[in-house]
Amino acid sequence: MNLTLKIWRQKNAKAKGSFVTYKLEGASQEMSFLEMLDYLNTTLIKKGEDPVAFEHDCREGICGTCSLYINGRAHGQDSMSATCELRMSRYKDGDTIVIEPWRAKAFPVIKDLIVDRLAFEKILEAGGFISANAGAAPEANSIPVPREHADKAFDAASCIGCGACVSACKNASAQLFIASKVSQLALLPQGRAEAKSRARNMIAKADELGFGSCTNTGACEVECPKGISLAHIARLNREFLKATL
Amino acid sequence: MSNFLKASIGRKLLVGLSGLFLFSFILVHLTVNLFLLAGQESYNIATHFMTTNPVIQTIEPILAIGFILHIGISVWLTFWNQRARPEKFLKVDQSKSSTWPSRNMFVLGGLIFIFLVIHISNFWYKINFTEIGYIEHGGEMVKDAYTMVATSFSNWWYVVIYVAGAVFLGFHLNHGFQSAFQTIGVSNEIWRKRWTVLGNFLSVLIAAGFSIIALYFLLKTL
Ligand code: SF4
Ligand code: FES
Repeated sequence: MNLTLKIWRQKNAKAKGSFVTYKLEGASQEMSFLEMLDYLNTTLIKKGEDPVAFEHDCREGICGTCSLYINGRAHGQDSMSATCELRMSRYKDGDTIVIEPWRAKAFPVIKDLIVDRLAFEKILEAGGFISANAGAAPEANSIPVPREHADKAFDAASCIGCGACVSACKNASAQLFIASKVSQLALLPQGRAEAKSRARNMIAKADELGFGSCTNTGACEVECPKGISLAHIARLNREFLKATL
Repeated sequence: MSNFLKASIGRKLLVGLSGLFLFSFILVHLTVNLFLLAGQESYNIATHFMTTNPVIQTIEPILAIGFILHIGISVWLTFWNQRARPEKFLKVDQSKSSTWPSRNMFVLGGLIFIFLVIHISNFWYKINFTEIGYIEHGGEMVKDAYTMVATSFSNWWYVVIYVAGAVFLGFHLNHGFQSAFQTIGVSNEIWRKRWTVLGNFLSVLIAAGFSIIALYFLLKTL
């Protein structure tokens, strides 16, 4: 299949970037989206050009490294799927595909399609932990956890920290990410001890880093590759209320 | 408390709470308007009650504060959110991930605000501060607000503005209602669906309710 790719190219963090259009011939519907980009890069390298920089690691939807905004949607058109899980069978011969990096003040572009997501680490450092002594693993049943809480905490913990929620959000808000981290801890007894300062500090950090605020459009939940639920944001709001009032 | 107001979530909470408060006012407002359909006497007695009852009179300034908070903080948050994405995407397709009203609350709010200014100067200001005709109901002289409303609604262009205002309000509430409950944390997977369904119902009810009354008066003059 032949494709027209409109890709954001930017030499480094300081350079001014722009869109470059590539005509790619001979891509196959059996490729994954990232393989299609690998193939594009091979053709660029053969021509002596700089390949397109994009992030990827596991290529099976578990690491959260891949991060492309494809045709106006975070991780492309498929729901519950990261960019690396997107297949070229979703496209037709002759399609034009616009590929952009995540866009947010807190996620500056480093090169081409790669953004710096250190801001997420900083939010985690502000409260996404429990400060218990990590000795040997304790007996699993010594702290009883209701099944329902365990399941919800596990759902929240499936966030892979990709940042799709931020780019899907019209306000570039990190609320879904923060909510998943707050929930996974707040639902478990070990996380209750620091629940108050956690919600408050993580929110304050996100504000300071320049993320927007949540207006509940729900776009994050739809675009999140792990289907993290908005219910976690409601829980975050409750935790925040409890912590500040 | 200072932590609360400094945080974006805290401010958003105030938007949600003030929104719910304004929503309750809208419900009362629509209820009073329904008296218009019951006839001149019922409506005039209802407005007489609303403009003279001490409880309602004390709520009025609180209502004004509600409006100021809701509008002021929303404007602030909207600008704050604009700053969070200085470089825009070239191609954005949010139509599959969120509803149109949810993405346009600021625009809808702005349109409602314009309507509100027209509306307040047309009705509330006139009823409260200008000399309008009096009429006797049950031995008491009360302002004849009914005739004033009926006259306004005999102007087709005013009805157009009014219906447009009601529809904008409906769209605004369509997102705003469930969003407020999410913001104050009174929501989970099941309740979000319930709030959404209820919000859909109430937003249609409100948009249709206000519109039908205006159209009823316009049709009566034909
Ligand atoms: S909440 Fe979803 S979209 Fe956001 S970082 Fe986690 S996995 Fe990615
Ligand atoms: S490359 Fe690991 S999630 Fe996509």
